[in-house]
Formats: sequence, structure tokens, C-alpha cells
Amino acid sequence: MMATKIYIPRDSSALSMGAEKVAVAIALEAKKRGLDITIIRNGSRGLYWLETMVEVATEQGRVAYGPVKAKDVPSLFDADFLNAKNHPLSLGLTEEIDWLKKQQRLTFARVGITDPVSLDDYIAHDGYKGLKKALTLSGAEIVKAVTDSGLRGRGGAAFPTGIKWNTVLGCQADQKYIVCNADEGDSGTFSDRMIMEDDPFVLIEGMTIAGVAVGATQGYIYLRSEYPHALKALNEAIANAEAAGYLGDKICGSTHTFNLEVRRAAGAYVCGEETSLLESLEGKRGLVRFKPPLPAIEGLFGKPTVVNNVISLATVPIILDKGAQYYADYGMGRSRGTLPIQLAGNLKHGGLVELAFGITLRELLYDYGGGSATGKPIRAVQVGGPLGAFLPESQFDTPLDYEAFSNIWAVVGHGGIVAFDDTVDMAKMARYAFEFCAIESCGKCTPCRIGSTRGVEVIDKIIAGKDTAKNIKLVRDLSDTMLNGSLCALGGMTPYPVLSAMNHFPEDFGIAK
Amino acid sequence: MQDLETKQNLDVRLEALISEHQDMPGALMPLLHAIQDNIGYVPESSYSQIGKALSLSVAEVHGVVTFYHHFRTHKPGRHVMQICRAESCQSMGSEALEAHAKKCLNVDYHQTTSDDAITLEAVYCLGNCALSPAVMMDEEVYGRVSAEDLDALIAEARA
Repeated sequence: MMATKIYIPRDSSALSMGAEKVAVAIALEAKKRGLDITIIRNGSRGLYWLETMVEVATEQGRVAYGPVKAKDVPSLFDADFLNAKNHPLSLGLTEEIDWLKKQQRLTFARVGITDPVSLDDYIAHDGYKGLKKALTLSGAEIVKAVTDSGLRGRGGAAFPTGIKWNTVLGCQADQKYIVCNADEGDSGTFSDRMIMEDDPFVLIEGMTIAGVAVGATQGYIYLRSEYPHALKALNEAIANAEAAGYLGDKICGSTHTFNLEVRRAAGAYVCGEETSLLESLEGKRGLVRFKPPLPAIEGLFGKPTVVNNVISLATVPIILDKGAQYYADYGMGRSRGTLPIQLAGNLKHGGLVELAFGITLRELLYDYGGGSATGKPIRAVQVGGPLGAFLPESQFDTPLDYEAFSNIWAVVGHGGIVAFDDTVDMAKMARYAFEFCAIESCGKCTPCRIGSTRGVEVIDKIIAGKDTAKNIKLVRDLSDTMLNGSLCALGGMTPYPVLSAMNHFPEDFGIAK
Repeated sequence: MQDLETKQNLDVRLEALISEHQDMPGALMPLLHAIQDNIGYVPESSYSQIGKALSLSVAEVHGVVTFYHHFRTHKPGRHVMQICRAESCQSMGSEALEAHAKKCLNVDYHQTTSDDAITLEAVYCLGNCALSPAVMMDEEVYGRVSAEDLDALIAEARA
């Protein structure tokens, strides 16, 4: 008889709920009972409230159990879960779980399914098809496919990826670089982390395609220091790709060279801004650069550089494999394709939902999120990280679309959605937005460096009920200066959470609605 | 005498790390990480050695070390506990968790407990936002952390 295959995630959120202990307990229990099993450490399916989710391979497909704690393990064996028998934690066939079944997973096609660091597994699940296709095309043809797909930068700025690549392609230089911005620092976001921990090869493949397209031979992944598990998975995957000839000289027998290295960031939020990131990679303080010159023309070490977010790069392989049109057929308006949305904060069912652009916040919060975790009404939602606007219930019908959000003075950003119940104090959230900006400001421009600290002081006066009308006006003036006078989005967008909190929830600031 | 030996030992380790990293493009960040991983912090006494190897002034090295929250210039406790302060964790009660930790450990952020067991740090997002509030102990993340969970983590670290 073949050993039964058991899948237990190695994803750090699953580990945060005890996945390692569950894996150890299952291995021990099987040994004790003399049962033959093979444990595969897969990525997470992204249904985080069900972690640790254990899956058993059957002829019908994988059957899931969750949330499993180490103490549940003996009872799972007693119930004969190895033969997919019933147990109070049974979830049925994984692929049939409604939450997962309704999704449109393109970038996340393999996440949770494969062993993240197994190259064989990656290739068996359509991996490296995009690169194989790219190697038959010219650089200009690859760039055209990315442009035609409508892919826009998923890091937050939503700049068309193909246009960026085209600029680098058009530059003459002895050295060009591909830099992956993996400094995912926005609260409420974890899709980059999931890709890097749970399907690192797709990022490696995307960067390799970018290198082939624009003629860059060196890539760097600038990774947050808060993600040690991602670092481990990426380094393992890079070593495996190198050993099999997918990285290095003459990749896949072609004339192209592409080398890849992970560089650790060091906890500065501002280094998620591309020019600050480049300074940091060069070994300097992460001070934001003036633009122009654009990084595409004078980037890392002064050379033409593509700087893209993890999700943007990880989406390139499927575009090359299935064609630009296939990807562009998803979405609405000028927001083409899918967005890996992250449901976070005070929600019952938090996790990763990849869907075409166009779904409304309300559907995400209630149909997927299941309402608040505390059972209280959801009062406010922050979309797009600490620099994103707070939205009240009256705006929950806005579809997730770059332009629709822009029309209500909000941002989609990196697709992170943080829900707050009715115990939230929005004046405190506005204060925190200024405080965060003050802690993380690089200090190069005055509106951000000084404005953030003055902002905290003025909000404190408002909270204390001191000269409220005068101080509200002062915050609006200050916000106007930061919005229009800051060098980058940190100072320039801090007014989004501050003013949206003030506009939509004036009662928390002691002013009439 | 012992101090002198320790200092010599430190210099030898530093020299090895420097020669291993100094030829990398943009060597300073990987070198600082290697020093902190190996020694536990970046001693201020290392700045001149680093500067000499990378053709940087002591001020430039100091500027980089102090720009980044991750780097520390003093020896931490045996364990480092980071509590997430970001919005998602706030929405699930991280402020109460922070207060609880500070009270139990009798320290504020960036301080180490009197028994040298735990250094407490704030962190802004661990990417565990679907399972807030989140805490990181050394390199392990914990999700949906209650006050009792935190007590257990502290007890384990002190054992």
C-alpha cells in the first residue's frame, strides 16, 4: 500500500496557529500506530481562520480538516481521517469549500497546493511555462504581452507594468537590474508574504522573464526583515532553480543570463518607496530620491532598473503562459485582471481572496469576511494600508477598482482591507496615522518630517477638546501642505486616513456631522 | 583580562564577517545584518573597522545603523518579543496586549527585563493580519494572541 499523503502548511500564519506542533503530533501518532504516511509541508490555502488546515489526499481530491490543534490529532486518527472519514473538524473536499471555490485564482493558482520549494511540484503544476514561452519571443514582444494584459503595479501606485519595462528595454547600458520590492509593510497586507513563502518559484520565474525581456542579468529581492520564513523559502527555491539551470548562465539552454539574490531590509517602512529602496540596496540610509531621473533610466547604482512589487512580478508568468488577452478578460474598466485581496483586522473569516476587479467591499466584508470577529457592527474599513482612506458603511458598495476608489478619494493600494467594529475611535486612528508617519519619515522633506509631528500635537488638542474648530482647520491646512508638498507618498498620503476619518466620522472629533 | 579577550574575540569575528561581505555590491546592509545575526547587535566600536573596509566614514556607518529600526547597538536580552502595533492588530485589541506586556515585564519598548530574558520591541506589521493580534518571539510568529497566550510565551522564555 502507498503511504497516505498528508498536507500541513509551512506558511507563517499557519505556523502562528500551531502548524508545526500539529505536524509533529501527526508524525508521532502515525508512528505510534504503525501507519505509513508522507507529510508534505504545503503553502496555505489562505482560509486563515481554519488554520491549521490539514489535508489528506484521496482519489476524489484532497479532503480538509480544520482548525486543527495538536490536541485534536489522536481523535483524528481515531476517526480514521487517513481514509477521509468524518470528524467534527471535517471540511469536506478542499476545492469544494465555497469560500475557495468562488475565487478566481490566477496569480495564486498554486498557492496552498504545492510544496513551495519543490521544483518538480512547481513544474508539474504549469510552472515555468511562461518562461519557456518568453524564451521564444523578443524582448519587445514580451513587453508587449505585459502591456496588453493591462497589468498595473500591484504595490499600490498602479502604474502600468509594461510601460515601466518598455522604458528600461529602450535604455542602452552595460548593466540593467530587476528589483523586486518585497518590503510589504502595509498593515492588513500579506499577499506578498504568501507568494514568497508558499509559491516562491512564481516570483523567481516572473523576475527571470523581466530580466530576459529588458536585458537585465541581475535581480534583487528586497525583503522585509520581519519575514524570516519568506527568506528561508526564497533562498531554498533560488538554490533549487540554480541547480536545475533556471537561474545563472545560459538559463534553460538559452543565451540569457539571470542571477538572483535576496537582500534583507531592516524595518524602515519608507523603504517600500522605490527610490528609498534603491538607496537602501546601495547600502545607504533609505532617503527618498528626487524624481526625475526615473529609476527605469537611472536606478540601482545609476543603471536602468525595473522596480516592481512581488504580486506584479508573480503575475507575469501566467500572462506569458496563457496570453495577454486571457488575463485582460478579467476585471473592469482600466483595472484589468485579478487582485489578491487580503481580508484582515476585525473579521470573522480573514484570509486571501483573489478575484477579478469589480467586487464590492460589502461582498468582501460580509460574504467572504463573515462580518466582524467580535460580532459587533463594522463601522469603518481602511483599504490600502496605513496611507489608505477610512471608509464608512455608506461607501461599502464601491467596487474594487482603481478609478472607482479614486473617485471617492480612496485608494485600492495593495488590496489590504482592515475592518474595525463600532468600538473604534476614529480620532485616535487619525492620531496614529500622523504618529506612524513621524516614526517612519525618512526626514528628507519638511512637510513629512515636521508635519507629521505637528499633526500628532494638533490632534491631541482636538481630542482634549481644545479650540476644536480652530484646530480642525489647522489639521486641514497641514494636510494640504503634506498632500501637495511631500516628496513621496508617505507624507503625501498620510492625509488620506486623517481627513477621511475626520470627514466621515466627525462625531469622534467633537464636531457636528 | 577577560574583557580584553572578549574584545579580541569580537574583533576577530568582525574581521571575518567584513572580509566575507566587503566585495558585495552595496555591502553595508548585508554586512550589518550578518554582524547582528552573529553578535546579537552592531557594536558602535565596530564602526571604524567597517568604515575602513568599505571606504566610509564612521559618521556614514553610524547614519545607516541608526536609520533602520531593525539594527540595535546594544546587547538584547536572551529573547526578543515584538508586539505588532499596526492598524489590523489595533482593530483586535493590540493596545491592551501592549499594556499587558509592559506591565508583566515591567519594561517599556526598547528595554530589557531585569533578568535579561526578554527585550520588548514594537513592530509595524508581521503580515499575520488575518490572525490579529500578532506577536513575534525571536523568529516565530503567533496569531490571535490573548493575554494568557502572552503570559505563556513569557513564562517559556524565562524558563
